[in-house]
Amino acid sequence: MTVTMSRKRFAATLAHRLAVLAFIVVALFPLFWLLKVSVTPTKLLYSEGVRMWPSETTWAHYAFVIENSDFPLFFRNSLIVSLSTALIVTLVAAGAGYAMSRFAFRGKMWLVGLLLVTQMFPLVMLIAPIFKILSSIGLTNSLSGLVLVYTAFNVPFAVFLMQSFFDSIPKDLEEAAMIDGATRFMAFRQIIVPLTLPGMAATLGFVFTAAWSELLFALMLISKTDASTFPVGLLGFVSKFGVDFGQMMAAGVLALIPAVLFFLLIQRFLVKGLTAGAVKG
Amino acid sequence: MTASASLEQAQPDRRPLKRLGLRVEPYLYSAPAVIIVATVMLVPLVIGMTYAFRDIRLLNPFSGGFVGLDNFRRLAADGDFYLALKNTVFWTAASVFFQFTLGLILALLLNRPFAGRGIAQALVFLPWAVPSFLSGLDWAWLFNPVVGPIPHWLTALGVMSQPENILSDPDLAMWGPIVANVWWGIPFFAITMLAALQSIPADIYEAASIDGAGPFERFRAITLPFLAPTIAIAVLLRTVWIANFADLIVVMTNGGPADRTQIVASYIFTTAFRRLDFGYASAIAMVLLVLLMIYSLLIVILRQTLLARA
Repeated sequence: MTVTMSRKRFAATLAHRLAVLAFIVVALFPLFWLLKVSVTPTKLLYSEGVRMWPSETTWAHYAFVIENSDFPLFFRNSLIVSLSTALIVTLVAAGAGYAMSRFAFRGKMWLVGLLLVTQMFPLVMLIAPIFKILSSIGLTNSLSGLVLVYTAFNVPFAVFLMQSFFDSIPKDLEEAAMIDGATRFMAFRQIIVPLTLPGMAATLGFVFTAAWSELLFALMLISKTDASTFPVGLLGFVSKFGVDFGQMMAAGVLALIPAVLFFLLIQRFLVKGLTAGAVKG
Repeated sequence: MTASASLEQAQPDRRPLKRLGLRVEPYLYSAPAVIIVATVMLVPLVIGMTYAFRDIRLLNPFSGGFVGLDNFRRLAADGDFYLALKNTVFWTAASVFFQFTLGLILALLLNRPFAGRGIAQALVFLPWAVPSFLSGLDWAWLFNPVVGPIPHWLTALGVMSQPENILSDPDLAMWGPIVANVWWGIPFFAITMLAALQSIPADIYEAASIDGAGPFERFRAITLPFLAPTIAIAVLLRTVWIANFADLIVVMTNGGPADRTQIVASYIFTTAFRRLDFGYASAIAMVLLVLLMIYSLLIVILRQTLLARA
């Protein structure tokens, strides 16, 4: 009786581990392939097409991409745009999120309404009008133009996220400080903000990843090489030099690095306490 | 007496100011967010709606005049639009179905404690961090018989007679972006479901197993009812989001071959970006918005009737 029980248990455990392993393999395989082709010498690319690992490896594709292409420039542009967007959004969203968490005010319903409306319509609707408006004030082909647009797109979601972080901090903390004579803003800055730093880091990570990945508005608003972000540059590269797979995948791996770093930063916030935030992609 | 009178006079002066300050405070905290969202999203939205009734083509300097409903008349007779509508339904339904099913399975697997769970979780959620344009390119390469293994595997399995790129086969091309989308979107559902699973109190399960309920019985009677609200919200929001998600299609197929992978969102983007026909693009966008609103309304009504019956 106990033997069959433990055997049954063992089989269930084995099935569970195998299933987890299958998910891991599927999740990692496309990234592994990207890495594999990026280190395969061009002469082996076709003869060793479906081998799991080439008989020879090389860093030549990376060297070429870093030294002879515009990718370092695209990388820098993307970094500037994504970091600025993430910083501005986090600051702006901390303010509005705090107001929504701590105050009962007449405009609150309107604020929530405004933020929700922006989540309901397809962003692709805005491509034409935003292009016309920005080009009339000279903000197309400019990194500031992109930062402006990305900031607006990410604020609504970040406000709800920050609100949920502020909600988890007891009100008594700043009330005590205010009884001791601090203004609310001082209490906010000196007591609440330090306590929400992990939450702010999570928001920063989310917004950075979103800005780093954005493609359609960047394609529309940027047509010059010196203002191109990584996705625009990579797609231009693909259509221009569509045959050099090694170099393209090397560039792809480089584009992946910052996203993965920020993912590791926010990974531990994902499941715990992020039920509210996880609703957006 | 005079002193106290002046004090009393001074106080009502200061109090309203302070009260005003307290009233204004939340608005000051939220002002930057409101200003930027209103100017960069709401204003262009309204302006974009007027474009739908105008003839705005960037390549034509004489365009810009109001044309009434001309754009919508053109749209009503546009076969490409109806094809895109059909493709959108297929793209959305298939993507959501597989993302949800596999995401739920993954969440159930991860909800059980085991050695190395933290690392396993970080690895299976990794695709979520991959930028959408890169997952599109990556999968396009995997489907490419020149550098990718998938066509060769399918041939070896006998599914394909010879290694071909499914992205250039009109009948199969849509599965390319769908597979990429499922791979990329499983973590979203898994994260949402896992968060919901972890909020189910453990003692309910203990009580149920003491009462003799087996694992499937526990799943049906405890897990599913607890998860139902989260599932409903996540699937609804995700459906709208995926219907509007054009990145993967723009990157992998650009709507081709023969418009067989064009969805409405990518059609709007192509009309604005390649043909620079802003008036027509805005008209399509208006129709998409109305369709999405009808969808949400239907869901709300459905929910109300179901709740009323229960």
